[in-house]
Amino acid sequence: MIEGIGIEHFLVVSTLMFFTGICGFIIRRNLITMLMSIELILNSVNINFLVFNRYLYPDQMQGHFFSLFIVGIAAAEASVAIALIINIYRSLQNIDVENVNEMKY
Amino acid sequence: MTGFAYTILIPLIPLVMFLVTGLLGMKWKPIVSGILGTIGMGTSFVLSLITAGKYFFGSHLAEGFQTIIPMEISWLRFTETLIIKMGILLDPISVMMLVVITTVSFMVHLYSLGYMKGETGFARFYAFLSLFTFSMLGLVIATNIFQMYIFWELVGVSSFLLIGFYYQKPSAVAASKKAFIVTRFADLGFLIGILILSFVTGTFDFAQLTQPGTTIFGSAASMSFLGISALTWAMTLIFIGGAGKSAMFPLHIWLPDAMEGPTPVSALIHAATMVVAGVFLVARMFPVIHFQAPATQEIIGYVGGFTSLFAAVIAITQYDIKRVLAFSTLSQLGYMMLALGVSGYGGEDGLGYMASMFHLFTHAMFKALLFLGAGSIIHAVHSNNMSDMGGLRKYMPITHATFLIACLTIAGVPFLSGFFSKDEILAAALHHNKLLFAVEFIVAGLTAFYMFRLYFCVFWGKDRHYHHTPHESPLVMTIPLMFLAVASVFAGYLPFAELVTSDKIAFESQMDFAVAIPSVLIGLFGIAMAWLLYKKESALPEKLALKWGVLYTATFNKFYFDEIYLFVTRKIIFNYISRPIAWFDRHIIDGFMVGIGTTTEKVSYRIKGMQSGQLQQYAFMFVAGTLALTLSMLYFLM
Amino acid sequence: MSLSVFMFYLLSGIILTFSVMSVTTRRILRAAVYLLFVLVATSGLYFLLKYEFMAAVQLTLYAGGIVVLIIFSILLTHHISHRFTRPALMNLLMGIGTAVVGSGLVLATLLTHSFKANNAAELPVDMSAIGNQLLSTGKNGYVLPFELISILLLAAMIAAIIVAKKDKNKNSEI
Repeated sequence: MIEGIGIEHFLVVSTLMFFTGICGFIIRRNLITMLMSIELILNSVNINFLVFNRYLYPDQMQGHFFSLFIVGIAAAEASVAIALIINIYRSLQNIDVENVNEMKY
Repeated sequence: MTGFAYTILIPLIPLVMFLVTGLLGMKWKPIVSGILGTIGMGTSFVLSLITAGKYFFGSHLAEGFQTIIPMEISWLRFTETLIIKMGILLDPISVMMLVVITTVSFMVHLYSLGYMKGETGFARFYAFLSLFTFSMLGLVIATNIFQMYIFWELVGVSSFLLIGFYYQKPSAVAASKKAFIVTRFADLGFLIGILILSFVTGTFDFAQLTQPGTTIFGSAASMSFLGISALTWAMTLIFIGGAGKSAMFPLHIWLPDAMEGPTPVSALIHAATMVVAGVFLVARMFPVIHFQAPATQEIIGYVGGFTSLFAAVIAITQYDIKRVLAFSTLSQLGYMMLALGVSGYGGEDGLGYMASMFHLFTHAMFKALLFLGAGSIIHAVHSNNMSDMGGLRKYMPITHATFLIACLTIAGVPFLSGFFSKDEILAAALHHNKLLFAVEFIVAGLTAFYMFRLYFCVFWGKDRHYHHTPHESPLVMTIPLMFLAVASVFAGYLPFAELVTSDKIAFESQMDFAVAIPSVLIGLFGIAMAWLLYKKESALPEKLALKWGVLYTATFNKFYFDEIYLFVTRKIIFNYISRPIAWFDRHIIDGFMVGIGTTTEKVSYRIKGMQSGQLQQYAFMFVAGTLALTLSMLYFLM
Repeated sequence: MSLSVFMFYLLSGIILTFSVMSVTTRRILRAAVYLLFVLVATSGLYFLLKYEFMAAVQLTLYAGGIVVLIIFSILLTHHISHRFTRPALMNLLMGIGTAVVGSGLVLATLLTHSFKANNAAELPVDMSAIGNQLLSTGKNGYVLPFELISILLLAAMIAAIIVAKKDKNKNSEI
């Protein structure tokens, strides 16, 4: 808990970060930048967990552990996603999301 | 009395035969199915005879025959009180019917081995015959009216299948449809009657319904509808069902057309067994009808009387040999119904009931014989038309002899079975209703006349130009003829008054000479008239026909009943009822359903484009949907 | 204005600025670097919240691991001088619309909601407490998720290797 900074301040920051991430996910064509947007989203959620833990339940540690696990899952997700992206690049010679619609049919 | 459990085999054997020949008949030579069916039927026949012997002569009790239910299972359990059972009920009439059905069916099975030889669908024919026999046996041993109804419908179905056996022939198809629709229409009445009856009495069981002095009708007396008591309604509706199957006027129109089926079928179904189901039904419900619904009994009597007169008159003018026999059947069924209509209950009063059952028995024998004989003739001549026949007595001695016996029997010549049973009916009518007696008296003469017209036309007169010389039928066909001829002669000596009575107690019946002698005389008069007119070919019948003019034409065309029905159904019902309903069905109901389908198709065609395969559009939809849901949760639902 | 408050505003400013720049820049390598800044600033926020362990994890795992991974993959698939074309107008509208509406909705909700401050004594979040609780099987113990996530990481590692592995046959054909 920080003197002079309320919980809302943090939440505003994380909210804006979250929607920046979503905006990036939708407007970016490149798969790697989309992945980066996802990292932004995950980070904002992480901030939320920690802030809620610190401000509302300082005597417990659930939020902390959740964000810990989220970091772990983000690492796993990033590694698999990058492996997929490299594979797609290998077969399509580019990694624009418009071209990845083979599975539609 | 116990030990009747084996009677379950009597209907079950035909059922098994139906399944076996129906399912496997394709694989075998056709004749195997025929022989198998015949053997099965023969077994049922023997078992029935054993049952009858054991039942009637096993232990004769002074207080009459008992009603035995060797087995009964709950088949459908709707509620605690409404249970439909399946079982076997043995009492004098059901045992008698078992004998009648299995005898005629066995004879027909045997006969068909010769008659149907080489027909396509030989195995199918035997499968249907077995199905029919099974249904009919199930009908007569039913322990409750609902079981009876189930088998009643099965009988209707198998009759439909057999009439339409030559399904490539349009007339056969039309006839089978007609028979099915008319009887089905009547069965609607039957079903409603059953529902009313079970509603007021709370039971389906015959044992409870027909018990003398039962109290289950106590509450029913007060119920009424349109000023007529509920039980009278129920009984009348049930009688309509019976009238449909027994082809009583005005539901008789299907029976003459049903002659499109193979002749053995006509003998089995449309002469001896199925058409007497209606009579059997009325006999089964007799105590209820007699005590609770006397008005219905009156109706039964008059309908029977009218039908017998009406059919006998038409029979005189017909030229198709099977149609003559069909109208003769109608007439005889009218006799049986009439006898039930004029009968009392118990002892001497129950003469009509006894006479009706007696006539049912003898009629089954001699009418089956007539039909099988007719089949034998058709087999030889390849035509149904009487004008194509003549002088056949030289070529077909056995058929000739047996046919003559049958004609004499139906005409009521003394000491043959028809004489005894018809005499009982006339006696019963005389005691009860003079008008009906007069009608029956005339019909007796007419019957003799038209039967001998048929006989003389076919067996006497000039030879026609046959495609090949007619020959006697093979032995498998003549043996049944001879057997049935013997049965026709001697069935009259069975002591029916001691065996089958309304209250199951034997009584003495005496020959009423005041009735017997005039009836014999009018029968002989009829024969004499036929001899005069038809023995030698002459112009006399044609002159007479011309003289009667309009009346003759009307009779020849069966009083235009078919045309009236056609007019009513086609012009009135089709145009003013069916067509609007069909329109409603096609445009409103179907239209609604089709509309749902086409709308879905169109909408899905439109939204198909949304499945673009573009990940980002999906993401957008997902987020936008989440936002929309959240918004609505926050601001509209809270 | 205390130092903490100043630090908070500074870090928030860095986060928001570089987030936006990361999703708008047209050079991909720059985007990755901006993302790195955002992640580092986020770990600063964690320090402010006195979650030192979490901040360290953030630095090592995100800044040190994932961003490096991303940069590697960028180098594998792009030229450094590569510039993106502008995003399609439709996507632009969809993305910005969603972001504006969504953030408006969330902000409106959270600013009108009054959070109850909890003044309970803060639990010290030191390494031993985290380690004990993470491997504890008792109340508030996290041994089951811990094991699950280790299996998940193992599976992800194997999957990544298999997916990205060069297919020998395919290459020989080319």
